[in-house]
Amino acid sequence: MKLKRKDILGLQDMSTEEIRLILDTAISHKGIISRPVKKVPILKGKSVCTLFYENSTRTRTSFEYAAKIMSADTTSISVAGSAITKGESFKDTLLTLEALGVDLFVIRHAAGGASHFAAKTVKSHVINAGDGMHEHPTQGLLDMLTILENKGKIEGLKVLIVGDIMHSRVARSNLWGLSKMGAEVRLCGPSTLLPAEVEKLPVKVFENLDEAIEGVDVVNVLRIQLERMDRGFFPSNREYAELFGVNKARLLRAKSDVTIMHPGPMNRGVEITADVADADFSVITDQVTNGLAVRMALLYLLLGGGGHVASA
Amino acid sequence: MWLLLKNGRIIDPSQGLDKVADLLIMDGKVSKIGKVNAKKLDNNGVAYDVSGLVVTPGLIDMHVHLREPGQEHKETIETAALAAAAGGFTTIVGMPNTLPAIDNRAMVEYVLNKGMSAAVNVLTTGAATKANEGKEMAEIGDMVNAGAVAVSDDAFPVQSADLMRMVMEYSRMFDVPVVVHCEDKSMTHDAVMNEGIVCSILGLRPWPRQAEEIMIARNIMLAELAKCKLHIQHITTAAGVELVRSAKAKGLNVTAETCPQYFSLTDEALNEYDSNAKCCPPLRTQADVDAIKQGLADGTIDVIATDHAPHAIEEKEVEIPYAPFGMIGLETALPLVITNLVKPGVLSLADAIAKLTEAPAKALGLKSGRLTEGSIADITVIDPEASVKVNASQMKSMARNTPFDGAELIGKTVATIVGGTVVYGADSLNTI
Repeated sequence: MKLKRKDILGLQDMSTEEIRLILDTAISHKGIISRPVKKVPILKGKSVCTLFYENSTRTRTSFEYAAKIMSADTTSISVAGSAITKGESFKDTLLTLEALGVDLFVIRHAAGGASHFAAKTVKSHVINAGDGMHEHPTQGLLDMLTILENKGKIEGLKVLIVGDIMHSRVARSNLWGLSKMGAEVRLCGPSTLLPAEVEKLPVKVFENLDEAIEGVDVVNVLRIQLERMDRGFFPSNREYAELFGVNKARLLRAKSDVTIMHPGPMNRGVEITADVADADFSVITDQVTNGLAVRMALLYLLLGGGGHVASA
Repeated sequence: MWLLLKNGRIIDPSQGLDKVADLLIMDGKVSKIGKVNAKKLDNNGVAYDVSGLVVTPGLIDMHVHLREPGQEHKETIETAALAAAAGGFTTIVGMPNTLPAIDNRAMVEYVLNKGMSAAVNVLTTGAATKANEGKEMAEIGDMVNAGAVAVSDDAFPVQSADLMRMVMEYSRMFDVPVVVHCEDKSMTHDAVMNEGIVCSILGLRPWPRQAEEIMIARNIMLAELAKCKLHIQHITTAAGVELVRSAKAKGLNVTAETCPQYFSLTDEALNEYDSNAKCCPPLRTQADVDAIKQGLADGTIDVIATDHAPHAIEEKEVEIPYAPFGMIGLETALPLVITNLVKPGVLSLADAIAKLTEAPAKALGLKSGRLTEGSIADITVIDPEASVKVNASQMKSMARNTPFDGAELIGKTVATIVGGTVVYGADSLNTI
């Protein structure tokens, strides 16, 4: 089984069947990660390029590990160490790398729509690893996989996403994916960090965390992106923590078996207290492992030759 | 030397004229509208059969970015004029945001001199402030005396209310309109598109409608104080239309324009991150499009201009937040007006023509935009029923940045005549 699409640009335009296929494939790939020899030859001879115009540790490493486990050749290009700093355009960078034989690009970029641009520019596959404030589909998928593992289902769950919704591509990918899979998605954040006309999205919107957290199964805590706080969206980190910080006292309002997620990197003491981040109901490190599984699944579904991974 | 247009439907809104007749041009001027017998004329002329076609005063576009001097890789005065001729425009008015800015007499004279050899009449505005910096008033009097037809802050809107008041009060002495781009820059930092659900989903920086409306309101209030002529450029929002409507109801000396993109497209045009649909102010919503049409229909919006904003291919072929604002418009304006305003019955053909001829002439105090006997023979011949498919690669403009490429539209410029000379379409006219 392969995905009938060239690119993974976002979850907004993805069908529930596609999401299920990716999650099922990720589950079957996850076993490889815990094998003593973490290597399958399924993408041997395929070339994967991570092209990152923004800093990233976990997403980039995760994609590179995923590709290496599947035996693909990987190249990584970052802003600092390439022709990009000499003023080469995004288009020419893409065309140059494609001419070097790249089969699949993994792209992170500060500009919304950068992956769409890349997908139109090259014939190779493109996976969006985060484009500005738009989407981060692999994060959305790994969050869904984590919820599925912990709750056994997604449909019917109440999932709260709290924090800087406006600037968050994680929130956007999550809300599309989760709502398609039948979850109730709640968004909560300071009124200044909710995007315009947010109520037109398939979500419930809250500006009060205590109300938002009432009876939820999952809380996905977003990072306050200090680099995007150029306009004074709230007065201080102290007041933010007081009003929107996820702590143990607030979590008493959630379901007793609540699961805590965070896409990382965390600002401990701002959006999440240390005791919550490290609690046994926090699955933040599971998310990282699931990220690897989801990315392996996508590489397989886009590049794989058709052989089943279990027999590989 | 004569030129005869036989049997066309002559529409001149300035004199309420709409009838089938012949139009005779003698020595570059309109000589007669009525029944003309070509056999009684000498051999030094040509007669064209324009039956089934519409003959109007030459169209006037009061909002064009000529890009010369300084950005000749985008467009030149020569190519902008060729694009204008192909689009039926016989007069274009350049904006002052060139490099360097049109902010003194020498620059005004440069544009006007260059324009002398261009295909159509080229006029220019003068910058409101030196180097468009919004700090000190430019030499407005000297520029007007050199031929600038208006004072404008287009592309670099004056943020200081006190300075704008000065510009308006000072300009009043020279009886030229102050032509304003309304944008509170404090609200549009790094903005890409209209603030709203489409923008929220695409994750682009929002350009709120209020940034435009606040400045429309401010500029109307300042113009009332300064008692100057005010012309508001490219209105895009419902509340903006309402502000102009109430200013006119108060009897203020205000005119307003919109552009074809603002009644033809919404912010949904950016759904695939098409940088050619990125313009400033941005494309708005369907409710705004409806209000713009209403404003055009009830006369609140006087003028249709293009805000023709050429950019090189490589400048637009980038990640959308980094792409410059603007789209070309000279060669698509007329079919968009006919397709989206005339055909659906928003405006009659005559009212639409008025917004492209009489109204901009009036806003700028020009003598053109009419077909009275003795007036300069700037004339456009239109086929309002012809189907056209927009083909950016065939345009006369140097630029290709239009979101309308491939669009199937109705209405076409058959020929454009400037000062009695056919500057576009001579081959497609039928000689008798």
